[in-house]
Amino acid sequence: MFRFIVRRLLQMVLAFFGTTLIVYALMFAGQGDPIQALAGERPVTAAQRAYLTEKYHLDATGVGGFFYRYFDYISNLLRGDLGESLTGRSIGDILAAAWPVTIKLALIAIAVAVVFGVTAGVLAGIRRASIFDNATLLLTLLVLGIPTIVLAPLAQYFLGVKWQLFPPTAGADPDFFALLLPGIVLGSLSLATALRLTRTSVAENLRADYVRTARSKGLPNRRVVSVHVLRNSLIPVITFLGVEVGNLMSGAIITEGVFNIPGVGFNLFRGIRTEDGPLVVGIVSVLVVVYLVSNLVVDILYAVLDPRIRYE
Amino acid sequence: MRVRRLAAWTALPLAVTLGLVACGSGGDGGSGESDPNAAVRIEIAEPQHLVPTNTNETSGSQVLAALFSPLVDYDEAHKPYEVAAESITSEDNTTWTIKLKDGYTFHNGEAVTAENYIDAWNYGAYAPNGQNSSYFFEKIAGYDDLQGDSPKAKTLSGLKKVDDLTFTVTLSQPYSEFKAMLGYTAFYPLPKAAFSAPGELAEGYEQAPIGQGPFKMKGTWQHDAKVEVERYDAFPGEQPKVAGVEFRIYQQLTAAYADVLSDNLDVIKTIPTENLSTAGTDLGDRFQQSPASSLHFLAFPTFQEEFSNPDVRKAISMAIDREEITRSIFKDSQQPARSFVSPAVAGYRENTVGASGEFDPAKAKTLYQAAGGPSKITLSYNGDGGHKDWIDATCNQLKANLGVDCVGTAEPKFADLLTKVKAKQPVGLFRMGWVMDYPSMENYLGPLYSTNGSSNYYGYSNPDFDRLLAEGASAPDEEAAIKKYQEAEDMLAEDLPVVPLRFGQNNFGHSTKVKNVEMDLFDRIDLIKIEAIK
Repeated sequence: MFRFIVRRLLQMVLAFFGTTLIVYALMFAGQGDPIQALAGERPVTAAQRAYLTEKYHLDATGVGGFFYRYFDYISNLLRGDLGESLTGRSIGDILAAAWPVTIKLALIAIAVAVVFGVTAGVLAGIRRASIFDNATLLLTLLVLGIPTIVLAPLAQYFLGVKWQLFPPTAGADPDFFALLLPGIVLGSLSLATALRLTRTSVAENLRADYVRTARSKGLPNRRVVSVHVLRNSLIPVITFLGVEVGNLMSGAIITEGVFNIPGVGFNLFRGIRTEDGPLVVGIVSVLVVVYLVSNLVVDILYAVLDPRIRYE
Repeated sequence: MRVRRLAAWTALPLAVTLGLVACGSGGDGGSGESDPNAAVRIEIAEPQHLVPTNTNETSGSQVLAALFSPLVDYDEAHKPYEVAAESITSEDNTTWTIKLKDGYTFHNGEAVTAENYIDAWNYGAYAPNGQNSSYFFEKIAGYDDLQGDSPKAKTLSGLKKVDDLTFTVTLSQPYSEFKAMLGYTAFYPLPKAAFSAPGELAEGYEQAPIGQGPFKMKGTWQHDAKVEVERYDAFPGEQPKVAGVEFRIYQQLTAAYADVLSDNLDVIKTIPTENLSTAGTDLGDRFQQSPASSLHFLAFPTFQEEFSNPDVRKAISMAIDREEITRSIFKDSQQPARSFVSPAVAGYRENTVGASGEFDPAKAKTLYQAAGGPSKITLSYNGDGGHKDWIDATCNQLKANLGVDCVGTAEPKFADLLTKVKAKQPVGLFRMGWVMDYPSMENYLGPLYSTNGSSNYYGYSNPDFDRLLAEGASAPDEEAAIKKYQEAEDMLAEDLPVVPLRFGQNNFGHSTKVKNVEMDLFDRIDLIKIEAIK
């Protein structure tokens, strides 16, 4: 197990450099005129242009310029300096302010997905073809079919503005209650997927030989389901949720925008819109690490859940 | 908030089981009595900068308008009058004497002196500081010496202190409307505390700017979250009627709109496009419109053979039904334009475009064919600005009314469009917009149509027009200057290098908790007039 973790960590280093290189290259290639993008439609003065060009080495173009800027960026990164955004703010500070709220939001979403998704999935799996099973199938199909870009404003309008059950936006320093609605909206998609996965897995495992053995041993149904079936059924769900944690952390660009939560997705969106290369690359570099770590945790959880799975 | 949360928890199960519409929003907002101890909450986007000479977008200048008091403001007729200045006078339109009012202090207690203005303007004009608004100082003598990589000088030779409350500004050329320029953000003073060394801005000044205006900072700029200001009691000018303002930062206007609807936010400065059609019913008389300074137009590449004939340009203008487009596409959030300057400036006259601004398809077609206009027209625009709808509508009108083929071509960003236009690539007609820097006809005519204008991308060059502008700038007074500018504008109607299409409007709204919400010419909420309702 130890060797496996070390090996994975080494792979992570490679993956990290590979992905940052790709992201940097994409941002570099896609960049039109970031100075004009920053100014919107106002004319840019020569002085302002010269100032920004020099500060961000925007005159280094072509392949040579690309590697010059990339290595400059990486060497700063290794010293823990994420650089400055085009508006002159430290990207480290931006991220430090953005992470806590995004993590809170992601945790709420995951909690919603696990508590409601897995529970309902188990129930639906046990009572296959019941009214409950069919009802959840219909509901999850509906949720999976509605993209967040529709669901989030709808939820905001009805629950926030019309009926005023929740505050319509969360703002910068939200309490748990203000984050609940965005969390539910964000988690609803994961919830639906987790529910379908759990239901299928449980339904399948209920017919497995070891369940019949457990039943014939005279074990109570509750124990059969909660210990034998559930543990085995959770493997695909854990895989899914592991990847989902990465997804949710990467910031729900839409949800954070609709509910005005200045998290990671909020900043990423602004970075893309204003062609702020340093900001986008900085955020994505950190996200790469989040993905890598969450995948590692999933791999380790496999081994815990299923002793047959061992990596050596 | 507390109360509503409790109500929400109890209402949720009710609403679910009974399908009830729960929880009204406490309806006692109508008393209308002003509450001087309350703060109001105003929507802004994250400002790019909060240094006066570096701020040229509306969010930043809205915050700075709370922290600073301008030298001049503008009256109903859009003419400047003194605020922080006692008097601004000139004999020859070249050397201007600015006398400051006594009694103004910065929020840290420093008295405001002439030096504060001189230091701030020098800082703004010095090219290596990379200030966004440095071009505002280009009319001042010595500006050129501060430009380039290693400028010859660090201070403008045209700025001279006379005494503590007086200084003179010498311009490199006479300019009759210099006074009108001074109301903008770039001309605020900076306290000594803003500088760590002469000409060097202290680190962290931007996080909590110290000004001499009616409000002072409360805490620091909380990026992506809010900027809070509170009333500065030692302010000698007209005191605001609220205790403070919270500028709340939004990334998406739809979120701000939802907050205004539920009284979680007091003022939204721009109603999002998708809500414009319902804003009237949602907000009632709390949905307001006011003229803005922006002008939207289609520009001709006059250097291209096919558009070099003014009759072709006039025919195209006559074939566009402006009313139809502002009504069906913009839901009356913009107004049809038939002039080259906005109603937001003194000297504006209606319908200066004249006959070629009237929608007359039959005449347009005859004229177009007689002048031999091209059989295919391209309209170029930037795809990220929501212009597709009206460009397509315009194209359809041209197709139907002129019998030509017309396509709208999107460039990804405005910068891409500009690059192509500057390189004189054949993009066809292209869309442009203009927002004034200061309320003067000159600001619409000079940069856009003079031969060396900074934003004259259409190759329009008319020596008579240039001469009239120069005469206007050196005219003895404002009235005389406006006359010259109006003559110049009439000349544009003859040549029609661009087709004016629409004037922008501010479409803003407010909650039930505030009143007297007004917007100024620079798209800023008037913070002196706004009142909170008890």
